[in-house]
Amino acid sequence: MVNGAQHDPEAARRLLAKTLSSVRGGEAEALYMARDFGLTRFANSQIHQNVIEHDATVRVRLTDDGRTGVASTNRLDNEGLRDVVARAVAIRDRAARNPDAAPLPDGGSTPHATLGSAEATTTADPSTRAQEAKAVIAAADGANLIASGAFSTETQTMAVANSRGVERSETSTLAKLITVVMDDAGGSGYSQAVSIDASDVDGAAVGAEAVDTARRSAGARDVDPGEYPVVLEPFAIGTVLEYLSFISFNALAVEEGRSFMELGRQVMGKNVDIWDDGCDLSGTPSTIDYEGVPKRRVDLVSGGTATGLVHDSMTARRAGTESTGHGLPAPNTWGPLAWNLFMAAGARSADDLIGQLDRGIWVTRFHYVNIVHAKKGILTGMTKDGTFLVEGGKVVRPIRNLRFTQSIPNAFSQIAAIGAETRLVAAEYSGINARVPALLIDRFAFTGATAADGPG
Amino acid sequence: MQELIDRALDAAERSGASYADIRLVERESESLTVKNGAMESAEAQRTAGLGVRLLIDGAWGFASSALLEPDEAERVAREAAEVARASATARRDPVQLDDTPPAGGRYATPVREDPFSVSLDEKVRILLEADREMAGVPGVTIREGSLDWARERKTFASSEGAHTEQEIVEAGGGIEATAVNDSEVQLRSYPQGGGGQLVTSGFEAVRRLDLPGNGRRIAEEAVALLEAPQCPAGEMTVILESSQVALQVHESCGHPIELDRVLGMEASFAGTSFLTVDKLDDFRYGSDLVNIDADATAPEGLGTFGWDDEGVPAQNVPIVSAGEFVGYLTSRETAPRIGRRSMGSSRAWGWNRIPLIRMTNVSLRPGNGGELEDLISDTNEGIYLETNRSWSIDDRRLNFQFGTQVGWLIKNGRRTTLVRNPTYTGITPRFWGSCDAIAGASSWMQWGVPNCGKGEPMQTGHVGHGASPARFRKVQVGVGRW
Repeated sequence: MVNGAQHDPEAARRLLAKTLSSVRGGEAEALYMARDFGLTRFANSQIHQNVIEHDATVRVRLTDDGRTGVASTNRLDNEGLRDVVARAVAIRDRAARNPDAAPLPDGGSTPHATLGSAEATTTADPSTRAQEAKAVIAAADGANLIASGAFSTETQTMAVANSRGVERSETSTLAKLITVVMDDAGGSGYSQAVSIDASDVDGAAVGAEAVDTARRSAGARDVDPGEYPVVLEPFAIGTVLEYLSFISFNALAVEEGRSFMELGRQVMGKNVDIWDDGCDLSGTPSTIDYEGVPKRRVDLVSGGTATGLVHDSMTARRAGTESTGHGLPAPNTWGPLAWNLFMAAGARSADDLIGQLDRGIWVTRFHYVNIVHAKKGILTGMTKDGTFLVEGGKVVRPIRNLRFTQSIPNAFSQIAAIGAETRLVAAEYSGINARVPALLIDRFAFTGATAADGPG
Repeated sequence: MQELIDRALDAAERSGASYADIRLVERESESLTVKNGAMESAEAQRTAGLGVRLLIDGAWGFASSALLEPDEAERVAREAAEVARASATARRDPVQLDDTPPAGGRYATPVREDPFSVSLDEKVRILLEADREMAGVPGVTIREGSLDWARERKTFASSEGAHTEQEIVEAGGGIEATAVNDSEVQLRSYPQGGGGQLVTSGFEAVRRLDLPGNGRRIAEEAVALLEAPQCPAGEMTVILESSQVALQVHESCGHPIELDRVLGMEASFAGTSFLTVDKLDDFRYGSDLVNIDADATAPEGLGTFGWDDEGVPAQNVPIVSAGEFVGYLTSRETAPRIGRRSMGSSRAWGWNRIPLIRMTNVSLRPGNGGELEDLISDTNEGIYLETNRSWSIDDRRLNFQFGTQVGWLIKNGRRTTLVRNPTYTGITPRFWGSCDAIAGASSWMQWGVPNCGKGEPMQTGHVGHGASPARFRKVQVGVGRW
């Protein structure tokens, strides 16, 4: 359920116009972000946390002769808006001058965008979420397993206006159901469904997929760490792309020499195509960025060659190009971010990928991934919720979770086969969603294993 | 404000709630970043709102709003009741709270110099001075410094009669130098990685850091690391600097002692814990030297407060005593499950989030190993690792891997070769069981971790860890192919 008033685009644009009208001197930008969010969380096969949030914020960025001040507030009455402008002015006027500061983006006014929104998500309420949570729990109950997870539904409206004529807004929605299903013997399975449309989210199907993996993963035993051929399911690939987005595809990281991306250079295998597209309905569309710039499709890696980077107005100015519409809210010291990622499918069925493993490991997903070395693209993390030993193209047995420490550009240079089907995957920690296939990779480094229990 | 509270709690009672609480929170925060000699960003954020949490038929409901008006407070309470009734349709074990007496009173962080009253010019001056020190070192590619300060005013009231008011002030900062060549990126941070140090204090904490006085040193180390040899691989003796010990405590002790994790309440996201309830008072977590407590009263701790967000008073409880596991972090909902009363670690990140079990200041008590240099001089062969760069741990908090920014090989009791990209890995109880020396109280520091993620929707907790440098034997170092 949403607070309709805070998602009225005309009201949002009027609010921004009122905010900007009080600014004197220099350039000004106002960003409005409203959010109605509900999340129903379950654990031990019962709903244990259940929350609703309504919030709306205005963020003001003022620039004048290289000096910038940013202030934000969620108090949106006249006094709150006067106060946020006054605080931004106070910072701007006392700020040190930055000769490298970029002007605000140029632009125009476009109609309110709703490509990424669905009514079923906007109208979802606690009972809607409870119903799908109970469907997951029922699937687990049927297999004598324990279900945990969360179902969230969210409606966001963003509007951006600036003194150079930008006036754009968008409403988007997101529904996301995630579950981990476990037994007492260490078996666990995972599934998720993510869509802009809550009616696409089927708790019974999500539960059934997780239950299937959990049953097969019970009774896991150790396997020695080492380098193995692997099949990585889309859940694992989505996580990998999330981290590549943080450390590699961002023009600021490249400008500062922190990324392995070098335009025109072969950085992965020739069978790899990765791009960002905020307007593709098979993802979770968001068509403008937080500076009000329309998003463009950016081909990041094409045929294994680095072909593009995402830009915001600051990196674009320094690179002598135009923003691709990937700016984050000001002030942003991280640089631009690709958050609608895609990886091209191949031709192999899921069974084919497993069938090609002579002796290798099949990974359902990764957990707690982190960056070991950004420039080399080295990540570490654990496998989770279904890791299997495969021999002679057949699954032999479940194995205990392994730690990997692996250069991803190196791994993506050794992709032997790519799954024919792609799946939309929501990242574990960020808002980055990716549509990706499963991959068969010739060599992947597992550098450790978890303990059975306690000190062992 | 009292009208807001009364209207919300009355509406909750009329909706059938057996328990309800309301939190009104206003948070102001400001930050400043200087990068490569120019002011990169300056920001002032203000957010305020209320959250109502209640129990109906033994099931939780929570709703929140940014509108601080009596009618809205009443509406939010009714909405929370609707949420609770939806929860009750999939409830198996009714929530039962412990018998913590209702709290009342005020708490404020002791502050000598209000960070909001220090001029922007003065703050920029500190960062630019540190920047100039780093800029004086040839080969540094990126120089960055930041300061952060915040004030949070929070009122908590419950249907049991609790009413507390708190004002928490935070301040801190840090600097970082990065050196880059064709194949390497090397960075050094001060005083710790990940954005610097943050504590509950006034601006005096920032002045004490002496950021300019450490700029040149970290810049020189970043540049030197570009040409340093790769960290060797193998099993060796490791000495960790105190901020890295703090993060080691955070990941391998702080999280697995959260009783909600232990009871499966975080299973689908952050994971569970190897410290299952059968291990309480019956499990060797570390060596005899290892003593860990959770102290919400620690001076300047980032997890220091007057009461948690259930009105439970701040307290100091033992977690690991002479290596034995003796305590959990608990809430009013979870503590009765192990026959105890909450020790007060249920905290929410802001008005729009529910309280979860969060670390307070989970700290390794100092040992009798003297200073860091005493640990090194007492080590024949090994490696000294300083400042976190990377961290990862499995869902039960057993298999961990950390990377640090810098390492020095130790030979015959002396630091020798500088090495780059060091990593180490282990299994939690084995690692802590191998701890054979902990530096003393004079080396003990209270560190802030302001980016502790937990819960759905995600909450970014501010927690603290005190630690001294410590030594561990037979640790696997140098992980992966480089």
